[in-house]
Amino acid sequence: MNLTLKIWRQSNAKEQGKMVDYKIANVSPDMSFLEMLDVLNNELIEKGDDPVAFDHDCREGICGMCSLFINGEAHGPDRGITTCQLHMRKFKDGDTIYIEPFRAKAFPVIKDLVVDRTAFDKIQHAGGFISVNTSGNTQDANAIPVPKHDADRAFDAATCIGCGACVATCKNSSAMLFVSAKVSQFALLPQGKVEAADRVLNMVAEMDALGFGNCTNTGACEVECPKGISLENIARMNREYLKASLK
Amino acid sequence: MAKSALLKSSLAKKYWMALTGLFLCLFLVGHLAGNLQLIFGDASAFNEYALFMTTNPAVKVLSYVTYISILFHAIDGIVLTIQNKKARPIGYAKNNAAANSSFSSRNMAILGTLLLVFIVTHMANFWAKMHFAEMPLQKVEVKVEGQEPVLIYKTVQQQAIPVNAVEMGQLEVKGTQFFQPGTDLKVADGYKDLHKITVEFFKNEKTGLIATIAYVLAMVVLGFHLSHGFGSAFQSLGVNNPKYRGCIKGLSFIIAYVIPALFAIIPVYIHFFK
Ligand code: HEM
Ligand code: SF4
Ligand code: FES
Repeated sequence: MNLTLKIWRQSNAKEQGKMVDYKIANVSPDMSFLEMLDVLNNELIEKGDDPVAFDHDCREGICGMCSLFINGEAHGPDRGITTCQLHMRKFKDGDTIYIEPFRAKAFPVIKDLVVDRTAFDKIQHAGGFISVNTSGNTQDANAIPVPKHDADRAFDAATCIGCGACVATCKNSSAMLFVSAKVSQFALLPQGKVEAADRVLNMVAEMDALGFGNCTNTGACEVECPKGISLENIARMNREYLKASLK
Repeated sequence: MAKSALLKSSLAKKYWMALTGLFLCLFLVGHLAGNLQLIFGDASAFNEYALFMTTNPAVKVLSYVTYISILFHAIDGIVLTIQNKKARPIGYAKNNAAANSSFSSRNMAILGTLLLVFIVTHMANFWAKMHFAEMPLQKVEVKVEGQEPVLIYKTVQQQAIPVNAVEMGQLEVKGTQFFQPGTDLKVADGYKDLHKITVEFFKNEKTGLIATIAYVLAMVVLGFHLSHGFGSAFQSLGVNNPKYRGCIKGLSFIIAYVIPALFAIIPVYIHFFK
């Protein structure tokens, strides 16, 4: 396949960036999207140009590090996958592909397609944990019975890999799908109930302070989320928050 | 913490948006029930409803809640939209939003602003006239056997006040009330003829057709706003569960499509068939 790539280039956080066109030839449909970018970067390096910076780590859909807004969708046109799991067979010969960084005030660009997602860590630090004693007398995990239904839903919420596609996709740059997944994975379990009220209040306060937008229930995040995190989590967070603020 | 959180946080804004929005949906149901008198009732039924709506104390309280809800909903909605715009200072060169969200959900602020323009115009057209302007009083024809029909004023007290008695100065009209001439002895209360104003508004030779089209378009906008808004309000309040989803979907269909459609039929009916 021969493709035209329109890629956001920005040399550092302070510089103004712009879209730059690249031609790439002989792309195999079996390549992953990131492999295609590797090939492009090899060509750029050979020519003495600056390679395109992009985030990646596991390349198997579990770390949440790869990002990219491809042809107007977070992680590209396929569903239920991260960018590292996207294959070039999803595109046609002659296509033009837009490749942009995830955009949000709270996710500033570091270089080219790499954005700073530390904001998610800050939200986690504000309440995405449980306080347990780990000094040798830890309780057996199975000693506390958990209904299967709750365990399943907590597990579903916990599959969020913190990739930020929800923020990138949302027209409001809202982080509510991520935050609600993190709130839910604890709120549904007995171990998480102890700190549930403080957790939701503090995580939402942190989310607001970091400049994420406000959910208007468009549902775009749920569609683009590589892990299929459901909007039911946002509803649960809304309930938890209401309960906690009335306390 | 908890107190300020319920006023200022992102989620609190959503709760207020949802509560005011749902209250306005309830208002729409009531408003429609009354307005359908324009099709199914006669002028008297409609004017009696109009009088009730402007004088009944319980309705008055509700109407203030409605005014406040509209203001709060609109202001909150605009504040939210501005904040949300600020959360993404640099936009995408290409954004395929249609792949993951509905038109209405992405355009609530524009749809809402159009609704606000409509609400203000609509209130100027009818509400302001009813409350502040000099209104014609309703006249009805009574047939007496073997005689010419007589035109009388319809009154709350069911008193027959012949129109020509007023014309000849036997009775005096102040506002909606009939008095013995030169005294403050009230004889009866008339009805503001909102029915006539409404019919003339949509049948006006110059502007009736435009008004009819504008009102129908406004209801299309309302339908779009509610097709996302009604279900969204439940999500905002934390009600999203497979158990209720069917029920909310069904209600949403009625609120977002049936109700605006019934509203829209009224001006069309008046303009073309009355
Ligand atoms: C008859 C009038 C109206 C009704 C029945 C109505 C109803 C609703 C409902 C039920 C919602 C969903 C709330 C939620 O998602 O939690 C909503 C959202 C919204 N409304 Fe209205 N609305 C009306 C007029 C307006 C007006 C005049 C504006 C003004 C500018 C407006 C702006 C908005 C905006 C921006 C949203 C989206 C907010 C969000 O989802 O967070 N609406 N409306
Ligand atoms: S909710 Fe989904 S899209 Fe958002 S951070 Fe988690 S995995 Fe990524
Ligand atoms: S690189 Fe780890 S999820 Fe894509």
